[in-house]
Amino acid sequence: MSTLKLRPFIPLIIFLVMAIFLGIGLTLDPRKVPSPLINKASPAFSLPLLHAADKKLSHTDFIGKVSLFNVWSSWCAACRQEHSFLLNVSRQNIVPIYGLNYKDKREDATRWLIQYGGDPYVASAHDLDGRVGIDWGVYGVPETFVIDKKGTIRYKQIGPVNDQNWTETILPIIKQLQAEAS
Amino acid sequence: MIKQFFASLLLFGWVVIAQAAIFAFDFDDPKKEARFMQFSAELRCLVCQNQTLADSNAGLALDLRKELYRLINAEASDKEIKDFMVSRYGDFVLYNPPIKATTYLLWFGPFLLVSIGLILMVRVSRKVGQQTTQTLSAEDQQRVQQLLAEKKEN
Repeated sequence: MSTLKLRPFIPLIIFLVMAIFLGIGLTLDPRKVPSPLINKASPAFSLPLLHAADKKLSHTDFIGKVSLFNVWSSWCAACRQEHSFLLNVSRQNIVPIYGLNYKDKREDATRWLIQYGGDPYVASAHDLDGRVGIDWGVYGVPETFVIDKKGTIRYKQIGPVNDQNWTETILPIIKQLQAEAS
Repeated sequence: MIKQFFASLLLFGWVVIAQAAIFAFDFDDPKKEARFMQFSAELRCLVCQNQTLADSNAGLALDLRKELYRLINAEASDKEIKDFMVSRYGDFVLYNPPIKATTYLLWFGPFLLVSIGLILMVRVSRKVGQQTTQTLSAEDQQRVQQLLAEKKEN
């Protein structure tokens, strides 16, 4: 008897199950592909600095402190939107921000920094041909890596850093990593 | 036949597009070129996600084709090439993802759905079959005869 009573509701149940699955699907962003680099050591690189071509930034510079590694470019529209937020973060001295200036001309990049209010980066590496970007699995600028004291990548933000993802996700991760022993 | 004809036409069109997008790479060995074509058609461009490396004109796709070119000329094995891409961009770059715990649903989900459908179909058709072979009770039989007789009289 119980199956008979349930019967009329079967289409409704099927509908609800599908609605839930499709609803979850709608909230996922297909552009956000989980990075296989999470919990792996920073891929090795050594690149000239944007502001001083004779000096270099390398993966070993990340060791000993928690740092952010932000991939940016003067041709990237979303970076503009993110820039003022990063400037704000850099003024608060919470965490050093390193930059990877991705597939950009040196003149364009330095001019862009001046034009948009300053340089939030401790140092920016100049990745002219994007080869280091490939090693870091960069596929859309801006991207931001959170790197722990051992130089291990612990989190990757795809798309601009903003108020919401900063306070909800990135800052708590930074605090937690800063509390870890080095 | 017609279907096959159109399929081959489509395939031909696709090959032409693929070649158009990668004409810039010269190989000394046709075998290497074949490998290059094969891989660039199996790897996804992450910028424009529904295109392969071969189809895409995005900057990243071009960069990755260059990497592929370098790897193939360096005689990298199939596994080495796949590992290079997967270690940087994840399984998502492969149009042919490996079978593992996270992809079980992807690989076996459709078969599961088909089997559920088949079971339901068999059940429903059995029920329908039962209904049509049901015999009428003696009373009903009598009533049918009666009604038919009445109809004839009218």
